[in-house]
Amino acid sequence: MAVITYRQALHDTLRSELIRDPNVFLMGEEIGVFEGSYKITAGLLTEFGPERVRDTPIAEEGFVGAAIGAAMLGLRPVVEIMTINFSILAMDQIVNHAAKIHAMFGGQSKVPMVIRTPGGGGQQLAATHSQNIEVWYAHVPGLKVVVPATPADAKGLLAASIRDDDPVMFIENLALYNTKGNVPDGDYVTEIGKAAVTKEGTDITIVSYSRMAAVALDVAKRLQDDEGVSAEVVDLRSLRPLDRATIVNSVKKTGRAVVLEEDWLSYGVGAEIAATIQEGAFDYLDAPVRRVAAAEVPLPYAKPLELAALPDATALVKVIHETLDATRFRR
Amino acid sequence: MVAVSSMDVATSSEFVQLLTPEGQRLENPEYPLEITPEEVRALYRDLALVRRFDVEATALQRQGELGIWAQLLGQEAAQIGSGRALAPGDMVFPTYREHGVAWCRGIPPEKLLELFRGVNFGGWDPGRHNFSLYTIVIGAQTLHATGYAMGMQRDGAEDAVIVYFGDGASSEGDVNEAFIFAASYNAPVVFFLQNNQWAISVPEERQSRIPLFQRAHGFGFPGVRVDGNDVLACLAVTRKALQHAREGQGPFLIEAFTYRMGAHTTSDDPTRYRLASELETWKLRDPIERVKAYLSRGGFADSSFFDSVESEGDELAARVRAACLSMPEPKPIDIFDQPYAGGSPLVDEERATFEHYQAGFAEEGGR
Ligand SMILES: Cc1ncc(C[n+]2csc(CCOP(=O)(O)OP(=O)(O)O)c2C)c(N)n1
Ligand SMILES: [Mg+2]
Repeated sequence: MAVITYRQALHDTLRSELIRDPNVFLMGEEIGVFEGSYKITAGLLTEFGPERVRDTPIAEEGFVGAAIGAAMLGLRPVVEIMTINFSILAMDQIVNHAAKIHAMFGGQSKVPMVIRTPGGGGQQLAATHSQNIEVWYAHVPGLKVVVPATPADAKGLLAASIRDDDPVMFIENLALYNTKGNVPDGDYVTEIGKAAVTKEGTDITIVSYSRMAAVALDVAKRLQDDEGVSAEVVDLRSLRPLDRATIVNSVKKTGRAVVLEEDWLSYGVGAEIAATIQEGAFDYLDAPVRRVAAAEVPLPYAKPLELAALPDATALVKVIHETLDATRFRR
Repeated sequence: MVAVSSMDVATSSEFVQLLTPEGQRLENPEYPLEITPEEVRALYRDLALVRRFDVEATALQRQGELGIWAQLLGQEAAQIGSGRALAPGDMVFPTYREHGVAWCRGIPPEKLLELFRGVNFGGWDPGRHNFSLYTIVIGAQTLHATGYAMGMQRDGAEDAVIVYFGDGASSEGDVNEAFIFAASYNAPVVFFLQNNQWAISVPEERQSRIPLFQRAHGFGFPGVRVDGNDVLACLAVTRKALQHAREGQGPFLIEAFTYRMGAHTTSDDPTRYRLASELETWKLRDPIERVKAYLSRGGFADSSFFDSVESEGDELAARVRAACLSMPEPKPIDIFDQPYAGGSPLVDEERATFEHYQAGFAEEGGR
């Protein structure tokens, strides 16, 4: 066990997977000489050479499509797209091809590839560079979508994604790269599709993922210390497959639920969670499921406006209070 | 680790040049240019002022007054030469670096700072200046430009469109599809590719095995490489390309061979991926120095002229700095103003909820 950053965990895992399996290779814009826009691939070109760490032309659809072809041959490409926003340029390759080849070729061809890409706002990168569109991919059968919130999950889920025989969207978050946490040593693989209960509690369930899961955990600890409210935190870790059982079991215990998500409210991840809860734990609910999400506007670049548009701890606390008060919970 | 662009001086000599780095005037029968000393002095002033503005904006970013800044340093001639070739009715689609073209379109420089300081979404009126908003998703604007040109064609307008993009952008699908559309519909659009040798850290040879201007031939329209550090050549070549488009002869690709002398943006450190000697080589081809040499050597301008441009630059810098520092901060509630042209009940609902939410904190004594 060592305390390292989310960035370091990703870097170390890429490195150890490159060592472990000669079929693994990396491809993307600026990942070699420049060592990645966020320095995840630092030193890897020097260590593994340009065959296995490939700088590409500025053409997202191009390198994602080429990675699919390489994966069909049995290689295991790990593609980096600078930000999830540019994955939109590769949407056809991801949704129409990577996600469907196995099914449409009668199971005869696999696409064991990973697309690593960071999402998230709050970095003053303006509307076209700050989106949280993971739900678009989570909607598509044939893809897996993982959204690690901690350095340990960054490691375990990245290893699992690279070893998986299906295409995986591995969605990082810009604001998490410098966060630190305990990471198990050695070969460490986290099963895709299992949520984590990062704090147990009895009064209310907070469901979240990625950066917001870290915010949720902070808030839950504070509520425990300051107000004696016992909140349980469910970190989804994977949006597809979604671990419905963990969510439902938690709400059966607490009777109240709030979803904290960085994406837009309408048709967002929270909508799926709320539906899952009402289908699986309707009789256990004491209050409506609430969602805290981003304002439904293109994210502004101006700092105060960007902050106003994004969900945060203050908004979460307010909605938790409202939910507790609505059920006459004494706090 | 350092990568070096292999595009050397030898290949760069195959381009249209009307003013050598030493300030010597050349003639090119295909791209004739009649220009008075007064007009050259005006170009010098443009070049010097946009460079001074760019330096000031970079300083403002360093001092924390702008979120980010994309320097144009080194690309002044490509931008001023092409910008001054435009007729008032022509439409421009820029990337994020065309501050020099914005200058030629009469956009007050502080308007650019509003955008980079983040006090509004886009500071200028594209319709008024015939200068579209900055586009940061690489290459997308080439398609917008093509569609706009097709619209002009339908309207029977006698104007043309010019669209700026980079060597890196030339690899994007959007750009290649724009070439196809422009060719297929014979759209009056000039593709102005500033080949500044780098796409952040990626050298030009990762994008292309042939000189970029040659791509045009495969798409069925003319392409030419111009010395992008030569303001006269850029002016002459762009004029001709725009004329070609206006006369109904369709698209034209100009590759302005230049160099990004600064960082990609203020977030970048180019010493990590390119050699200092490369910059030194390009300094010898500085776009402004050669105009100065031409003017002085020919007796077309004396030191009082150069001094007056310099002090005008300093005044400009002081003015934009003051304007930048006094820009009013936007209010959070403004985020709901513009998502839809025709408004939306969803946004109205959200605005009301947000007001209520903020008022809640005001009652609790502020947030
Ligand atoms: C679709 C897309 N992919 C990647 C990026 C990230 N990016 C920003 S600028 C840039 C390089 C562009 O190089 P070039 O077209 O040569 O223009 P220059 O910056 O040199 O003027 C890249 C890759 C982006 N903004 N959009
Ligand atoms: Mg470039």
